[in-house]
Amino acid sequence: MPDLLLELFSEEIPARMQARAAEDLKKMVTDRLVDAGLVYEGATALVTPRRLALAVQGIPVRQPDLREEKKGPRVGAPEKAVEGFLKSAGLASLDQATVQKDPKKGDFYVALIEKPGRPAIDVLAEILPLVVRTFPWPKSMRWGSGRLTWVRPLHSIVATFGPETEDPDVVPFTVDHITASDTTRGHRFLAPDVIRVKHFDDYVQKLEAAKVVADPARRRDIVLHEARQLAFAQGFELVEDQGLLDEVAGLVEWPVVLMGSFDPAFLKIPDEVIRATIRANQKCFVVRDPKTGKLAPRFILVSNTEAVDGGAAIVAGNERVIRARLADAKFFYETDLKTRLEDRLPKFSQIVFHEKLGTQGQRIARIGRLAVELAPLVGADVEKVRRAAQLCKADLLTEVVGEFPELQGLMGKYYALAQGEDSSVAAACEEHYKPQGPADRVPTDPVSIAVALADKLDTLVGFWAIDEKPTGSKDPYALRRAALGVIRIVLENGLRLALRTVCGTHLGVMAGPGPAIHALPEGPSKAAVDARDKPAHDDVPGSLLAFFADRLKVQLREQGARHDLVDAVLALDVQDDLLLIVRRVEALAKFLDTEDGKNLLAGVKRATNILRIEEKRDGTRYTGAVDAGLLRDVEEWQLFRAIEAAQAEAEAAVAREDFSAAMRAMATLRPHVDAFFERVTVNADEAPVRANRLRLLDGIRAATFAVADFSRIEG
Amino acid sequence: MPDIELPPHMRPQRSFQGLILALQRYWADYGCVILQPYDMEVGAGTFHPATTLRALGPKPWNAAYVQPSRRPKDGRYGENPNRLQHYYQFQVILKPSPENLQQLYLDSLAAIGIDTRLHDVRFVEDDWESPTLGAWGLGWECWCDGMEVSQFTYFQQVAGFECAPVAGELTYGLERLAMYVQGVENVYDLAFNGRDDDKRVTYGDVFLQAEQEYSRHNFEHADTDMLFEQFRMAEGACRKYLDAGWSGAGKERHLMALPAYDQCIKASHVFNLLDARGVISVTERQSYILRVRELAKACGAAWLATAGGGAG
Repeated sequence: MPDLLLELFSEEIPARMQARAAEDLKKMVTDRLVDAGLVYEGATALVTPRRLALAVQGIPVRQPDLREEKKGPRVGAPEKAVEGFLKSAGLASLDQATVQKDPKKGDFYVALIEKPGRPAIDVLAEILPLVVRTFPWPKSMRWGSGRLTWVRPLHSIVATFGPETEDPDVVPFTVDHITASDTTRGHRFLAPDVIRVKHFDDYVQKLEAAKVVADPARRRDIVLHEARQLAFAQGFELVEDQGLLDEVAGLVEWPVVLMGSFDPAFLKIPDEVIRATIRANQKCFVVRDPKTGKLAPRFILVSNTEAVDGGAAIVAGNERVIRARLADAKFFYETDLKTRLEDRLPKFSQIVFHEKLGTQGQRIARIGRLAVELAPLVGADVEKVRRAAQLCKADLLTEVVGEFPELQGLMGKYYALAQGEDSSVAAACEEHYKPQGPADRVPTDPVSIAVALADKLDTLVGFWAIDEKPTGSKDPYALRRAALGVIRIVLENGLRLALRTVCGTHLGVMAGPGPAIHALPEGPSKAAVDARDKPAHDDVPGSLLAFFADRLKVQLREQGARHDLVDAVLALDVQDDLLLIVRRVEALAKFLDTEDGKNLLAGVKRATNILRIEEKRDGTRYTGAVDAGLLRDVEEWQLFRAIEAAQAEAEAAVAREDFSAAMRAMATLRPHVDAFFERVTVNADEAPVRANRLRLLDGIRAATFAVADFSRIEG
Repeated sequence: MPDIELPPHMRPQRSFQGLILALQRYWADYGCVILQPYDMEVGAGTFHPATTLRALGPKPWNAAYVQPSRRPKDGRYGENPNRLQHYYQFQVILKPSPENLQQLYLDSLAAIGIDTRLHDVRFVEDDWESPTLGAWGLGWECWCDGMEVSQFTYFQQVAGFECAPVAGELTYGLERLAMYVQGVENVYDLAFNGRDDDKRVTYGDVFLQAEQEYSRHNFEHADTDMLFEQFRMAEGACRKYLDAGWSGAGKERHLMALPAYDQCIKASHVFNLLDARGVISVTERQSYILRVRELAKACGAAWLATAGGGAG
């Protein structure tokens, strides 16, 4: 069966759009083929900076024929109806229609319309221009005097169709002034002439001969392999970088990997700054010394041409640019070192953090206050926390971070160490931003913990106070990430934190003149927040706590915890200590894995169901104390006593945070609940006895509330 | 290579003015109108009415010119080897953009001695946008051995109007390009006139003092009260000339688009000076940019109602 080869040859396609474009092209063409009844065997899309190509293998030569019966008017129908039928069915006269017998309603005409399948090449000639005209580029443009749009000017189109063994035909179509053909061009500089191509294999081979590697995966492999080799040959190791690799593979058709060097004096700049400089501006790789792990004064560049001098001029040119860039970076770094971090702070009072949340200066002061409050709770040295909170944002005003925002925090650490700060204080400058995402590590140094929590909680409380909560997919201030960060820091460090209290106090600080502010000369944050205007019934800490509960649920679910158990614990509504919530969920899960747990759950559910039905019927609630005088059966007595004992013990156990013991106390209920349901009739004839028994059932439910809301548990 | 016929002092490899002349000659040979710099302070060659206004409307237009460009904030008191508050751009505008514009550009590099058998020339995505001109386009920054030497843009919109046909714009950063071609690390070391010994004139001889003086002016002394007033006056004058320029029963023709646009340029430069003096806050900044853009849009609308803009 024949194959299609399609190539759209244009001016340079942005690297970041290439992979997606190849996927889109494949999908658009093959979807339309299938819609047209042309089921193909396979498809491959390729992309380089200048061409987007697609091969579709095994397309049928023709569409399948379609047969359709069209029902017409009854025999003897008025002439008008017959005429209409002939016209719509495409028949010349009634002789071409058949008559279908129908004894009930009368005979009628039927036209048999045969729609022969069209040649696939004709179908392609319709599909392909449409694909070009409707291609979903993220940004497209016009050029010259034309109206056609493409990502950059489109110059030519190859479209061939035919079996592998023969010379294919050109699919005949034109898009604006571009007519499909079987010719393309090779590398812009190394093989600019026209080449004639047949099928996919022929295309790939001829391009290769014309210095174009059409397959992006192969270009990546070549770059990676040669870069590793070059580094290795000189005793270095490539610092691998997938994002950069993808990008450079999208900037070349014929990758030629070269190595350049820079003055070792630049190695005084932190490695990360060198790497960011060379990567962001020059799209080059760096290498390190495998013995020390430190960067070596070399870089690896990927050029797009085989130069006649073996690349000497290209390397020299790149070295010049990198020298200038590193000189800038060194200048920035050394300039930064001349100013102590604390001397940068006054400037923050002129920088607005958020219109309604005051200046960065006010925010730093708030973080400081909260971090100091948290310090004893996380076992951190108060003075170190105070210092770290004061300095942690100062690097935002440095030259290096201005140039490379991704180095925020890290530069803070370097500058803090350089000015002789305590190592925990310096570490906190970097780590208070952590964790940045689910894969990022959580700080463990108590000073970092205190500042990291304060930073995130200030953000959360602030944006909650001004009602800028995340909605749906919109979370511009990354509040979900902040909440998840708090959760992970608390859980992974086993911290005890009464979130409601902490958030409530901090909200009070934001809304009004708060306690003394330690960090800045400008004094207390002067009611920077409009939170005071909020109606009193708007429970900000409560709403924030619900948000934490939601995030916790997501987090626990991802770790494999049952979401219904999380719900059952959160339903108790007294929970603002994340660690206790998690411990309780764990104990509950363990308990429910035991026979006692499963049976007790069944018993509680049975009791709850009976109560629901009876309460609904009677229109009353059976709560309150059980009247011991009305207990008739021995099983009733035993259950009554067991509930009293279990509840007391479970509550005591919960109070000392021993959830396993609380569960064990619950377990003692199980035989009595079972026996009760086996022997005792709840709906006794005597109304007072019945009501008493229903209250006893409610007692079971109430007792279990000491550990969880069992009605939320599934199964 | 064309420079073989050139006397040594005219070769781009040793003469800044030789580089400019080579580019002018190349684009003159192509058929461009070679214009002289616009006689007003602008931030980039794009502000020249030969680009901003001529990019609008249906009429073909091919022009090339050097434009001194002022970026008050980029002043470094003559101490930075790469940054200047006053520098030269070489600007080419071709409307409609020809099919072979990329090749024309590469040939122009060859004309100044950049041989693509030796050098790695690349087109790296860089979308261009000028908020003050209400303009945007798609294109690349052109790299030579890792250095950005030009901007290459297909204009899609200018002054808020769609460009049809599309103009192709090439902007060469002349100092940078010359530093590369001459193999010089510091802009002030560039050979300006291509002569040796006591006849040698460097870029520093011509511009170092100016960079020092203007840096002082831009950052420390520019009279901000006067500048605020100038901004207000330029904005007012622009509006006044625009209003006065409309003619015809249905106001279908405009008779003063160019003088009005001068005032828009003026306002833009004054804003840049105020910005360099640090007297415009972040929030105000946006509103100033918006005010200039409104002027640019109104000037674009006026231009489209002139003969040059294709009206009647």
